[in-house]
Amino acid sequence: MRDYYAQYVTIGIFAIVAAVLVVGTLQLSRLLRPSHPTAEKLTTYESGIDPIGAGWAQTSVRYYVYALLFVIFDVEAVFLFPWATVFESLGTQAFVEMVIFVGILALALLYAIKKRLLEWL
Amino acid sequence: MNADVVREVFFWGVGAIMVIAALRVVTTQNVVHAALYLVGTLMGAAALYVLLLAEFVAWAQVLIYVGAVVVLMLFGLMLTRAPIGKANYDNSQRPLAAVVAAVLFGVMSWILIDAFSGTELELAGENAPRTQDIGAVIFSSYVWPFEIVSVLLLAALIGAVMIARRDEPEADKEVGS
Repeated sequence: MRDYYAQYVTIGIFAIVAAVLVVGTLQLSRLLRPSHPTAEKLTTYESGIDPIGAGWAQTSVRYYVYALLFVIFDVEAVFLFPWATVFESLGTQAFVEMVIFVGILALALLYAIKKRLLEWL
Repeated sequence: MNADVVREVFFWGVGAIMVIAALRVVTTQNVVHAALYLVGTLMGAAALYVLLLAEFVAWAQVLIYVGAVVVLMLFGLMLTRAPIGKANYDNSQRPLAAVVAAVLFGVMSWILIDAFSGTELELAGENAPRTQDIGAVIFSSYVWPFEIVSVLLLAALIGAVMIARRDEPEADKEVGS
């Protein structure tokens, strides 16, 4: 019980240190550097091609497949955690169950590949 | 005793963050900011699950809701609502919506208070189900629902493929559309 909360306190301290490090170094460099902004310096690519239009543009529906592939294998990953904890005690049974599960999801991936959706245009 | 006080302080702190983030979700003018505030609310819920010793639920919440659902939301916005920026989504139905929301809030609060008012639940403590217990149940008693989940996910991806596919993969004239 005490150990349980102690490990999350460790994670919490780690998260706080990470946040302070990022914010702190950015603020420190802001204090040290000179600041003379001009319109050219504030463009997205200072020495590159001038950007045209707004930053937000409508994206192609093709990217939706990548998003959904991520979601599907994200859900699969959630099931892998409890599976890993019982793998030793259940043995072959758990292995076969997970192979079927991953196999059905692999069909989805194969279908996307077959439809040439994972190729870059 | 001391641990209880710390837990209480943590609970109310996370609760306050969740309420503020949830209010910002519905009041912010930028829909992308709304999605990011939603991440704050859902992460707060995950923190509360950790506090209640429900570790697996907490990390499933982080992976599924914060990871997957918010990603789908952002993709949905990028695909449909572009260009995204500050926009005023108010219309003349605002007062009616406020009444509906207030009534819904009232009814749900009343039901919850009516059902659980005065009930005190003991924290499971040492007997809290661990990820191992959940795994044992999923992979022995609930194998079929577990396998059916994969078929459901397969159907979801096939749906996405149908939306995104090019009808004639050979024809290069559709490139860039």
